[in-house]
Amino acid sequence: MAPADPTVGGIFPTPRFDPGTDQWVQMLSGAGPQREAGLARLHDLLLRIARGELQRRGGQLRITGPELDDLAYQAAADALLAIVGKLGQFRGESRFTTWAYKFVIFEVSAKIGRHFWSNPAVPMDAEDWERLPGQFGLDPARETERRELADAVRRAVDEHLTPRQRQVFVAIVLNGVPMDALVTELGSTRNAIYKTMFDARRKLRAALAANGYLDDETSRHS
Amino acid sequence: MNGWTALDRFLRTDPRDVGCAEAMELLHVYAELAAADASAAQRYPGIAAHLAACGPCGEDFDGLLAAVRGPAE
Repeated sequence: MAPADPTVGGIFPTPRFDPGTDQWVQMLSGAGPQREAGLARLHDLLLRIARGELQRRGGQLRITGPELDDLAYQAAADALLAIVGKLGQFRGESRFTTWAYKFVIFEVSAKIGRHFWSNPAVPMDAEDWERLPGQFGLDPARETERRELADAVRRAVDEHLTPRQRQVFVAIVLNGVPMDALVTELGSTRNAIYKTMFDARRKLRAALAANGYLDDETSRHS
Repeated sequence: MNGWTALDRFLRTDPRDVGCAEAMELLHVYAELAAADASAAQRYPGIAAHLAACGPCGEDFDGLLAAVRGPAE
């Protein structure tokens, strides 16, 4: 028989965290007015972090004022729900507030990603390969080099990527779709999209190196 | 940096990279270590490699670090 969980049932004292963390866990694990007060206090804290984070990321959004604050309220409310749902998973590896801030930062990211589609600059599946050199800072005046780079990458994409890898590469690299926006559009996860892109990058680099465009140490044109 | 160098840097992958899921799972631990001293990358090289390569997770880390370092509640 498995040993009893010492944190359940009140037989043993709860694990010792730092005093601030202990107070949060006690408040939120309790019931009645104490818990309600804890939830209200946590919501205020999350709202402050959400506002600060939206301000820090101001350049990624074209909204301001009440609409921006509404996003902060949504992020704080959704983070609070997630935290309450996962409170039993909190293991005290960090202060409680650091763990809680993580949820609201993730909510801000997700909301910015969703907001991208309210006014996208370019459709996610447009394939204008002439945009590629500019994405890597190649001078518009260096026309021959621009064409060589675009042609080489396009050929490697055509020959080596799966349809899914191509879709993700085109959206992120050619069209500048933020990863979190693509996650929303494809109904996927950040981890899955990153893995798809990771594999695509590895394949493309190997193909470009095999064709003499890149080597193991430095680029051919550096 | 010319276009080929930038492309090369973008395409390079780090085998230590743990991916988004693991980095997000431990981001609070990593951020608290990073806020306290410089040992975070040494203790979690796979997360450090990921945060250097993944823009969205790097942005989340910057935001969490700013929150941790911000004014006390």
